[in-house]
Amino acid sequence: MEAMVVPFLEGLLGSLWPLVKPVWPLIWTLLKIVLILSPLLLSVAYLTFWERKIIGWMQVRIGPNRVGPWGLLQPIADGLKLFFKEVLFPTAADKKLFVLGPVMAIAPALAAWAVIPFSPGWVLANVDAGVLYLLAISSVGVYGIIVAGWASNSKYPFFGAMRAAAQMISYEVSMGLGLITVLMVSNSLNLTEIVSAQSKGLFAGYGLGLFSWNWLPLLPMFGVYLISGVAETNRAPFDVVEGESEIVAGHMVEYSGMAFAMFFLAEYANMILISAMTSVFFLGGWLSPVGFLPNGFHWMAAKMAAILFFFLWIRATFPRYRYDQIMRLGWKVFVPLTLVWILVVGVWMMSPLTIWK
Amino acid sequence: MEFKTILFYIFSVVTVFAALRVITARNPVHAALFLVLAFFNMAGLWMLLQAEFLALALIMVYVGAVMVLFLFVVMMLDINIERIRQGFWNNLPLGALVGLLMVGEMAVVLSGRYFGLASLPPQNLPANYSNTKELARVLYTDYAYPFEIASVILLVAIIAAVMLTLRRRKDTKAMHPSDQIAVKAKDRMRIVKMAPEVELPAPSAKQGE
Repeated sequence: MEAMVVPFLEGLLGSLWPLVKPVWPLIWTLLKIVLILSPLLLSVAYLTFWERKIIGWMQVRIGPNRVGPWGLLQPIADGLKLFFKEVLFPTAADKKLFVLGPVMAIAPALAAWAVIPFSPGWVLANVDAGVLYLLAISSVGVYGIIVAGWASNSKYPFFGAMRAAAQMISYEVSMGLGLITVLMVSNSLNLTEIVSAQSKGLFAGYGLGLFSWNWLPLLPMFGVYLISGVAETNRAPFDVVEGESEIVAGHMVEYSGMAFAMFFLAEYANMILISAMTSVFFLGGWLSPVGFLPNGFHWMAAKMAAILFFFLWIRATFPRYRYDQIMRLGWKVFVPLTLVWILVVGVWMMSPLTIWK
Repeated sequence: MEFKTILFYIFSVVTVFAALRVITARNPVHAALFLVLAFFNMAGLWMLLQAEFLALALIMVYVGAVMVLFLFVVMMLDINIERIRQGFWNNLPLGALVGLLMVGEMAVVLSGRYFGLASLPPQNLPANYSNTKELARVLYTDYAYPFEIASVILLVAIIAAVMLTLRRRKDTKAMHPSDQIAVKAKDRMRIVKMAPEVELPAPSAKQGE
């Protein structure tokens, strides 16, 4: 597509083109970023609506239904309300870091999308070390919460920040170790290749691709990854970072208006990101579950929607974990389990019974 | 000017600025965050050198884990910056000496006379060259034993760190989740069989008369 746009612009700008040429890669990349981020932010808005609807139905309520047909304009109304609210600064707060907090929360949540492939070729940066990039960027997300918690200069936000630091680092470990088995069986760090590695296998030969995806041979890791993903995004039942019955709203207590909305956006963008990563690593990305249907972006979207539904479902179902039990689950259950499973997969791959060739 | 060159200058300027602010910022939390910024830009510079594995490992390990815990500790401390600055002029000569020594050493290394950096062949790598794969190949074949020894040393250090800080307090009221989960109803409550208690008929009112 770039090959079509460049000659057109050269003709349009004429002698000005040499001035634009050095920064052209930047402009072109920015255009592609807008193409990825605008649908993402729209889905974030409607994910909040969908969450309220689903939890409403699960609790035998109706959910939002006043604004627009079936309440469909509710997220727009919420966004407008937050936009026009005043952003309050506590007098004792560290002003600069107070502003930086929400920015540092949302930036990694959006930056990680650079390497997510939606369909063959539909990726901003098809880099070799895509998985490493994802791990590196998602490990930066915790700064937003810590900085916000400290800069607020208030008790509850600081408690939230301390809880976030401990919890997110713990679950990053089990997430990363869980991914190692995926890397071992797909023999690549490139996300597009990880997906195409899942299109081969015994069941895929019979036209039942869905049993050749990584979730079945790596089932324990799939579970660990999904649960760690919930903990990593600080969603219920692991939402002690902002647990409303204990520390009101954690790091977000002192924030209002758009600053608060940024944290909200970051949380939901992270949820969608985790669902996209789970689809790519374990559920075959854009691959069709059965042989007679075509592959494509719609499968990726369907898988992401299913995982997002899982997120909302468990929020409506489970009570909140106690803090020490979260730590125990991460360090004493998930980390040993992943370490053993890495060994099991390694032996399996080297044995004659291997299914990955 | 190539786009890469523009990126190089942006990364370098921000790195130098952030590194300066690390030592000049009055607030230790700000200093730690500037260090994070410096790490980020260093990772960008390494990325320009096509060392993507090292760049991402830098962000993952230092920014994602080490600096979070560092920040965590710095935020808890109540550092009195004025008291720390008291001995500044007394310590300056020694500090300047060490600093100059380090600058000299770096100059020797970077001038490349001893390491032959200047005579390195230009890199003409194929398009499918993976830095990560090459690093792993060297690490797990040519240097397998040094790598194993290094990892065993790290493991010993981890266990030692845990053992040094592990102390069981007698007065702690910590609960053990595994015991709590394993509890059964019959451990908490005992059902005993006993004869039903029958209420005696009230004494007749006539008796008193």
